[in-house]
Amino acid sequence: MGGIEPQSRWQPSAFLAAGSSSFADFLTTAAPDLLPAQREAGAALGHDLPHATTIVAAICEGGVVMAGDRRATSGNMISQRDMEKVFPGDEYSCVGISGVAGIGVDLVRLFQVELEHYEKLEGRSLSLEGKANRLAGLVRGNLMGAMQGLVAVPILAGFDEEVRHGRIFTYDVAGGRYEEQRFSSIGSGSVFARGSLKKLYRDGMSVEDVVLACMQALYDAADDDSATGGPDVSRRIFPVVATVTEDGFERLSDEAAGRYALAVVNERMQLPDGPAAAMQQITS
Amino acid sequence: MPFYVSPEQVMKDKSDYARKRISQIRSGVVITCEAGILFVAPNPSRALRKFSELYDRIAFAAVGRYNEFESLRKAGVRYADMTGFQYDRRDVTARGLADWYAQLLGALFTDSPKPYEVELVVAEVGVTPDADQIYRIIFDGSVAEEHGGFVVMGGQAERVAEVLRESYKPGLSLTDAMTLAIGALSVQNDGSSSETITADQLEAALLERSRTHRAFRRLSGARLDTLLTEALKKPVPAGSATAGEIGSPSDGADGGE
Repeated sequence: MGGIEPQSRWQPSAFLAAGSSSFADFLTTAAPDLLPAQREAGAALGHDLPHATTIVAAICEGGVVMAGDRRATSGNMISQRDMEKVFPGDEYSCVGISGVAGIGVDLVRLFQVELEHYEKLEGRSLSLEGKANRLAGLVRGNLMGAMQGLVAVPILAGFDEEVRHGRIFTYDVAGGRYEEQRFSSIGSGSVFARGSLKKLYRDGMSVEDVVLACMQALYDAADDDSATGGPDVSRRIFPVVATVTEDGFERLSDEAAGRYALAVVNERMQLPDGPAAAMQQITS
Repeated sequence: MPFYVSPEQVMKDKSDYARKRISQIRSGVVITCEAGILFVAPNPSRALRKFSELYDRIAFAAVGRYNEFESLRKAGVRYADMTGFQYDRRDVTARGLADWYAQLLGALFTDSPKPYEVELVVAEVGVTPDADQIYRIIFDGSVAEEHGGFVVMGGQAERVAEVLRESYKPGLSLTDAMTLAIGALSVQNDGSSSETITADQLEAALLERSRTHRAFRRLSGARLDTLLTEALKKPVPAGSATAGEIGSPSDGADGGE
């Protein structure tokens, strides 16, 4: 495949070279065909491939919360009902993806190995800024693919061990890296999710409150965006929720996530548009 | 080539050189116990490590020239991460890594004018002590799977191993394994007793059996202090770790260098 001979891939010199601590850099010299960026599509084909959709992330007291719906769509078809789009990056970070699922999932896999690889070679973890910058580089590596329609962008959230609070980073396809204040969202339903969070989010919310706010935001996204899946009550498929705090990455059990999701569903039985934000009275 | 030297002579010279250098360093031990696989070696440095993580349940241990085994360690991490990335995490095995190291060291021994002065161990912790795998790879690429539950790397390996052979029993507790390791390592000390061993002279690590994902943990700071204090309460020198029926303290512990 691809004209790569096994001998050249397993050259000992490539492994013994002094090189950097980046796994992606190592692959570039030792096995470039394994890099996601090296696969080129013949023509634009992005639209028919499964796409991952909405992810929300919000900073909470002592950390950060990320949640993603479970739907993947190919055009107007639902290609998967129980897809996972929120992953651990390492012990203190998590990463969500939206866009072409195949590219996104591979990007996350490479990012995970990249972080662990650095940690093992250097004997210390990357700083959160370092992780964010590294992810930007990996996203930029897919620029050629993105131009052919294979667009996937991640969102990174993590606990910064130096400043001891949660931080969120979003990306564009060219590898632009943007730090987000308070909360953010990506994917097809992100507009609705962000609008929802705008009304529900308060500074200094507890982890539980932020998880609930994220559930509300995903419900609102699913309400108005056909590519975002709402809580699937009959199949018991609920959004994936992850928290990253001082204690590290934790993925809520399906049961726990279900409790939050069902609370939102029950509330919407009475109030289909969800909780109403309090408005200030104009007095004159 | 101006002079002819027979291949036998070349190999013998390289071999003798490497053997001599490796016998002059201080030994390190790897012991299987209840809690996992314990690695102990004298090492005053906090920065230059002899033991480290290769992959989820696999660790690397080495003695010898630091720059040489460090480049081998990094190569192993690259190999492991690449294999795991290409296939699956479960497809990275200690056997595969040991085999790869054997190939690598074998080629280096043949091709380079100076052999690597290193001795490596690749160990994988299993669900039960019976499932533990420990491979020892030496400078010329020879590889051996160790079934005895322990292995000694470098230095006066035979003398250290003798102590272990006498006292090792399957199913040791972590503390007992540490007692045994210190007892065995103290054989190479010049007359100084093992009582004087302190945490800052030791490097210790554990592949922890009960951990689910990444099993490698360094034992340092308070955790090592506590473990060492516990371990030193038991009868140490050259003796049984579980019962107290020991014989002579490390007599004849002179020399080595």
